[in-house]
Amino acid sequence: MVRLLIFYLTPWEFSPTVAVCCLTAALLYARGMRQTAHAGEAVGLGRVLSFFSGLALIYLSLQSYFDFLSQHMFWVHRLQQLFLHHVGPFLIILSAPGPVMAQGIPARWRARWIEPVGRWRPLRAAYRFVQQPFVAAVLFVGLLYFWLIPAIHFTAMLDVDRYRAMNWGMVIDGLLFWQAMLTVQGVGRQRESAYLLRFLMLFLVMIGQLLLGAYIFFHGTLLYTVYALCGRAWPINPMTDQQLGGLLTWIPPDMMSVIGSLVILRKLTRNQAVTSGVARDLRAEGPWALGEIDG
Amino acid sequence: MFRFRQADLTRFVSLRRRITAALLCGMVLLLGACQPHVHGALYRIAGLMPSLAFRMTSDRGQSVTARTYRNKVVLLYFGYTHCTDACPTTLARLSRAVRLLGREAGDVRILFVTVDPARDTLSVLRRYVAAFGPEVVGLRGSPASLETLARRYRVVYEPGRSKGELAHSSGVFMFDARGKAQWLAPLDTPAQAIAQAARGLLARRG
Repeated sequence: MVRLLIFYLTPWEFSPTVAVCCLTAALLYARGMRQTAHAGEAVGLGRVLSFFSGLALIYLSLQSYFDFLSQHMFWVHRLQQLFLHHVGPFLIILSAPGPVMAQGIPARWRARWIEPVGRWRPLRAAYRFVQQPFVAAVLFVGLLYFWLIPAIHFTAMLDVDRYRAMNWGMVIDGLLFWQAMLTVQGVGRQRESAYLLRFLMLFLVMIGQLLLGAYIFFHGTLLYTVYALCGRAWPINPMTDQQLGGLLTWIPPDMMSVIGSLVILRKLTRNQAVTSGVARDLRAEGPWALGEIDG
Repeated sequence: MFRFRQADLTRFVSLRRRITAALLCGMVLLLGACQPHVHGALYRIAGLMPSLAFRMTSDRGQSVTARTYRNKVVLLYFGYTHCTDACPTTLARLSRAVRLLGREAGDVRILFVTVDPARDTLSVLRRYVAAFGPEVVGLRGSPASLETLARRYRVVYEPGRSKGELAHSSGVFMFDARGKAQWLAPLDTPAQAIAQAARGLLARRG
């Protein structure tokens, strides 16, 4: 039993980068939790669970026997990409880990490394650019299309470097996308229209993935031949494999858009509650104060 | 609470135009690049997969490495002798391809790596490959060296089962005389296409 567990949890292709990144993120978050608890503003259990399950999902997708199955079965590969691009980053961003992790960074590091890098103009400009909702949505769907072009997919499944670039790209883009979708600056009506714009983007992303998934599902011939050449993890009809993969590119990602929309809806209604709360307070102050938020 | 203003509407319209353009580009890209890079029926894998490297025992009982086959064009194939359909037909097709090369046939080796070392002893392996021709070499390795080689070429095999059909890869990996991976041939590649690719690799040997 234990031996089997060790077998399944051992990284198929060990990557020090993945191990170090995941461990650093977990340590910073844990340290941040302690700091905020000391300050009397402990992080809620839901947020903690969301963060660590997202991180664990990404780590296990990359560094376990699951990675072997993903290399040798198209539909498992699609499941892996779903975890890396949609579910894992979504859970992490949902927990809003930024402030907690910032607390976890030792003060000396923050002054020495994080702040200068954060002030670096080109990086800020690039970040602002990819955080524009439309750009984030195009990148998110574009990346899916790119790696699923049969010729590109073929090389990614054979070349270790391209395979890693694909997986890293999915995680990083996933974090950027969900950050752009679920986090909004500004107040009042500005904030509302920003949320509605993201609502629209999630819908467009849904359409993009639907077209791609349906294309794969309904395609009459084999698109991805590499799995036959290198062997499938267990015997399965190649067309069944492809169709399952098409469905996994189509339905669960679209479900994630729906869940994302629900999260936005909740934020939106809460925002309106806050705004109307403010309006009530102002109304109490007199009719002249109301003019300020209407204008 | 929320009202659409004129500015939102114009932003939405220009956005829709951009989105349509992006979607069209995506579809064109997908349709335009539908097939992997193919030469005849073979896939080019130069630069994608590592050079040939292994340490195994040949069916003649000699300890061999990739070095043994330097200056030869190598066709690497994974299988086992109890395999009923894919392995014998593939090996037959590969040796036919080599015979098509005529005088240069001696500069090509077909390496048949058994994924079933438990049943495929050296003598079983020798008898099996001899049926296909002198250019076919059977290779048998320790479980560890077989696993290393299979992982190197991202190939699946089922270790440790003593009965029945074993799952294994169907592709034939082709290496040039310096041991660099060049082509990957699917199960149904015609002998002519393989011979043509081998001729190309032999010509470049200089």
